[in-house]
Amino acid sequence: MRRLLTLLLCCIPLCGIAADVELQQADIAPDDIAAQQRGFKAFQMHCASCHSTHFQRYQRVADDLALSEAELEQYMFTGAKVNDLIESAMSEEEAARWFGMAPPDLTLVSRVRGDDWVYTFLMSFYQDDKRRFGVNNLLLPYTAMPHVLQHEQGLATANYVEKNGKTVVASLNPPQHGSMTEAEYAAMVKDITAYLSYAADPVQAKREAIGWWVMGYLALFFLLAWWLKKEYWKDVH
Amino acid sequence: MKGLVRWLDDRIPMTATYKRHIGQYPAPKNFNIWYLFGSLAILVLFNQLLTGVWLTMSYVPTTDGAFASIEYLMRDVEYGWLLRYMHSTGASAFFVVIYLHMFRGLLYGSYQKPRELLWIFGMLIFVVVMAEAFMGYLLPWGQMSYWGAQVIISLFGAIPVIGDDLTLWIRGDYVVSGATLNRFFALHVIALPLIMVVLIFLHLIALHEVGSNNPDGVEIKKHKDEDGWPLDGIPFHPYYTVKDLVGIAGFLMVFCFFVFFMPEGGGLLLESPNFEAANPMKTPEHISPVWYFTPFYAMLRAVPDKLGGIVVMGMSIALLFVLPWLDRCKVKSVRYRSLGHRINLAQFAISFVALGVLGLLPETTILKWCARVFTVGYFGFFIALWCYSKREPTKPVPERVTFK
Repeated sequence: MRRLLTLLLCCIPLCGIAADVELQQADIAPDDIAAQQRGFKAFQMHCASCHSTHFQRYQRVADDLALSEAELEQYMFTGAKVNDLIESAMSEEEAARWFGMAPPDLTLVSRVRGDDWVYTFLMSFYQDDKRRFGVNNLLLPYTAMPHVLQHEQGLATANYVEKNGKTVVASLNPPQHGSMTEAEYAAMVKDITAYLSYAADPVQAKREAIGWWVMGYLALFFLLAWWLKKEYWKDVH
Repeated sequence: MKGLVRWLDDRIPMTATYKRHIGQYPAPKNFNIWYLFGSLAILVLFNQLLTGVWLTMSYVPTTDGAFASIEYLMRDVEYGWLLRYMHSTGASAFFVVIYLHMFRGLLYGSYQKPRELLWIFGMLIFVVVMAEAFMGYLLPWGQMSYWGAQVIISLFGAIPVIGDDLTLWIRGDYVVSGATLNRFFALHVIALPLIMVVLIFLHLIALHEVGSNNPDGVEIKKHKDEDGWPLDGIPFHPYYTVKDLVGIAGFLMVFCFFVFFMPEGGGLLLESPNFEAANPMKTPEHISPVWYFTPFYAMLRAVPDKLGGIVVMGMSIALLFVLPWLDRCKVKSVRYRSLGHRINLAQFAISFVALGVLGLLPETTILKWCARVFTVGYFGFFIALWCYSKREPTKPVPERVTFK
């Protein structure tokens, strides 16, 4: 019985990632502020004109990621003030007209989908001439998003196979004609993932640091309470 | 100081109440670890009430404002994240503690005569806590909040004749909407907590009237000294206050571990789809209720007929209410009851936990049949208990409490 239960319990985490595409490991460290800072800069350069991260404020990001005010201002493109929420450069109506749907806010994407999903998504674009922007995505088929980082990564082509009467992608060829090498591109995507992971849960590092003090205090409190109980209960029995 | 106490005592029964319920309340001296969960439930209740008050200060109960106001609380309010995680973890902790508290009652026959009413008050608290948790879960207005509420409320639609009107009455709209959010907010922060506190008061008054049961299931009031003090009783304070303090410290270590290191609890305490704001146009791939409802949800899904499922789910709670009359055995504690009863109790616990796990998983044919087997196990407990308990071969019960 116990074995069956263990088996069932082990199944729980599996059902969340039952997608067809295997996720690649982003392997980021929550306390790597340098990576998050590089990720913030890359995000602002390439993503922020369409995607807002409007649950967080510029000032807070600068404080947490150790950016100076001058540095921060280089990455503020919307005329916003430092205490404003980070909105995208375009209105939702315009965006919906251009892309068919408004690009989603990405503050919490890594909490909804997971870090590995974000990383894999940015690694999974390939050429598909049937699509509006000439690209498709293995992880999120028929995505409305163009491959914004095509200049950096280049574009992968897909190898197709016939499966149950349908043409499906079997594998991707290495991307061609990018300004970055494969390793450089992977490193940048990893930084963006690290930044989005931070954005989704900005308090994580601080929370865990406080947590150790709390656990230490409680351990001490437990010992004192135990000792007090022992003293009082001497005369019972 | 003495003067002040006398002045107060002349006007309100302060000292007398303290003595009756704490200072000179005779508690059996053989309580074991199972007896911690009552006071832990009170601790968690206070945690929920206090953090809830502060959450309400930042929360905006509108469809546009709810989700954003929680992210505002998590980021822009000093230690807002701590309040929120204490409340969200506290909700789950409440159920952990209550389920263990109830199982203690099953182990030692704490529902049996003369504690039937005490048990019923407890069951009412359980039902109110479930309603409280269900309504609270809608408030973050995330995807799972929205669709979970949509699915659960629509269940009531299967009730014949009144079903449709009933769902309309609960939602205040044809779908879950701002009207639903507003009323759930009102019920969650005012109506249900008030009812809960009154019921807990009655639960405690009833407990102190009949006296606490204990792991041996013997009445300590049967043997008293010449002053009328039970021979096996010790005053609640200081003995159990200091003992509960140890339990509280241990509990808080587990609780704070989740709050500070695993606030999402691997998706069990906070589900990842709920970090996306509610979108009535987009159904999540897999809708499942929070873990503490899944045993009942699994039973609901196990029955092919929707109405039948609701009846089964309702019955699973209703049977617990009448448990004091289903169990006709004169011996309370599992320590002195038959092997059959022990096996029955064990299979009941296993069925309940297994149903809880199954309710979290997407349904497949095999798992559906598993859920059916365990549903039979759950109901079989009550039926079998009623059948064998009257003529159950029991062991001799000691006159006085023992320490094991």
